[in-house]
Amino acid sequence: MSELTGLTLKAALDGLDAKTFSSEELTRAHMAAVEGARALNAFVVETPDKALDMARAADARRAKGAAGPLEGAPLGIKDLFCTEGVQSTAASKILRGFEPAYESTVTSNLWRDGAVMLGKLNMDEFAMGSSNETSAWGPVVNPWRAQGGNAQLTPGGSSGGSAAAVAAELCLGATATDTGGSIRQPAAFTGTVGIKPTYGRCSRWGVVAFASSLDQAGPMARTVEDAAILLRSMSGHDPKDSTSLPVDVPDFPAFCGRSVKGLRIGVPKEYRVDGMPPEIDALWEQGIAWLKDAGCEIVEVSLPHTKYALPAYYIVAPAEASSNLARYDGMRYGLRVDGESLIDTYEKTRAEGFGAEVKRRILIGTYVLSAGYYDAYYLKALKVRRRIADDFDQAWEKVDALLTPTAPSAAFALGEKSDDPVAMYLNDIFTVTVNLAGLPGMSVPAGLDAQGLPLGLQLIGRNLDEGTLFSLGAAIEKAADFRAKPQRWW
Amino acid sequence: MAIDAATVRKVARLARIAEPEDRIESLAKELSGILDWIEQLGEVDTDGVEPMTTSVETTLPMRDDVVTDGGDPARVLGNAPKTEKGFFVVPKVVE
Repeated sequence: MSELTGLTLKAALDGLDAKTFSSEELTRAHMAAVEGARALNAFVVETPDKALDMARAADARRAKGAAGPLEGAPLGIKDLFCTEGVQSTAASKILRGFEPAYESTVTSNLWRDGAVMLGKLNMDEFAMGSSNETSAWGPVVNPWRAQGGNAQLTPGGSSGGSAAAVAAELCLGATATDTGGSIRQPAAFTGTVGIKPTYGRCSRWGVVAFASSLDQAGPMARTVEDAAILLRSMSGHDPKDSTSLPVDVPDFPAFCGRSVKGLRIGVPKEYRVDGMPPEIDALWEQGIAWLKDAGCEIVEVSLPHTKYALPAYYIVAPAEASSNLARYDGMRYGLRVDGESLIDTYEKTRAEGFGAEVKRRILIGTYVLSAGYYDAYYLKALKVRRRIADDFDQAWEKVDALLTPTAPSAAFALGEKSDDPVAMYLNDIFTVTVNLAGLPGMSVPAGLDAQGLPLGLQLIGRNLDEGTLFSLGAAIEKAADFRAKPQRWW
Repeated sequence: MAIDAATVRKVARLARIAEPEDRIESLAKELSGILDWIEQLGEVDTDGVEPMTTSVETTLPMRDDVVTDGGDPARVLGNAPKTEKGFFVVPKVVE
């Protein structure tokens, strides 16, 4: 679109600081990019007036010498975050027209630090999906296409709008959320960086709840350093979220570029799964070689319960979702479809307001929590969850971080997997373990497959050790020298 | 098949979702497919394992028992489908 939209967040902040351009100029360039990219369906709400107001206010603060760490940087916000006075729907019909009277803590933190909002980003409905196809507002299209093909590909999900917007240079960075891989898998599918921090690092207050013990916000960006800059602003203890951790926020960007010499990197053998494309295996080997060259020690480790993580997740997450989504009853906000009685009104409202995947998960969750099945399914899954977390604890006795592929394939075509729920769920096979254990995980773009589509590597760290992930991520980024960009067709 | 049509109807009622009769059989098949796949958890030895509900192993914090927000009915009602005289209007609850 223009040179300004091609900048990294770091370069844009430096340019603003040097008065090379104003936030208003930077923001206008991104507004034009957003307007010109409607074919991607990445934004569900554009807020150009608000963006200009915020940009001018940012310019005024900078002129007074009161610039915050993100002063004047235009960002996109996943529609799962409540934004005061701006429609927030979680990409669901049941929340059409919902304009929160409050601002989520994470977005409040971004505005406190001077960021500018371009609008709300598309996603899978209630963050339930791995392809963005469950959105009530239609799927997002990946800006990347296979070489020589023009099939529309998924940007991944659930944070597909965030991933597509960052990859297509519509915003300098975006907020996203990750319950089972919803930041990392879209990052891998779009050649972007995404980090799910430690559970509790970012406040969940004002983020529409899906599965409360797994949901965690994080940034998507075009470089590891940009992701670190964004996470530093998004993080922090919040008394309004009882699971928010009362710990200080490290200076994450300072970890980028730090030596990784002597770090022990675990390679879990259980992540070598049948049917994985050989290119992904080769990329993994390449990643191991890069970290070895950077002075890391590579250690084979075993996480024996890995294969049980997805089935455990598909009990825990729907169970929590069925409880969380009980609030959509058509009484206080959102859609109401009048029926003949109170129960009839509830049932019609929820039948009309929820999409097929959300209903499927509510039904599964209701079933596994119902009398007679609670012990066999729900309690069993919670025990398996403990086993999975124990696997990681044992690995931490031998290693400082783990390296794995992010996803078992590159981006696939829209419509390719939408008929088979279990095939779709398998997208999260390498990412979901981290949510169950509460650990931080990051996806870094590391190469292209034979079709020219991006592939990512995942780094997993100890609790609250995002810093090491930023150091390792920056090392991989440097070694991979990933510069490919999607060819503009939109 | 783990879930039959009668179970789908019962669970849909519990979840307060009206599922049309012509969807029940296919839902039973879909949900059974997912649950059959989940059955593999039975292979894991979980004897004596403590269930894990959260990764944050601390007691919930307490705060002072004081009012921190409120007193703004217009904002509370701002998104309501139906209101009257500062109240939510809901269908008749008691016959």
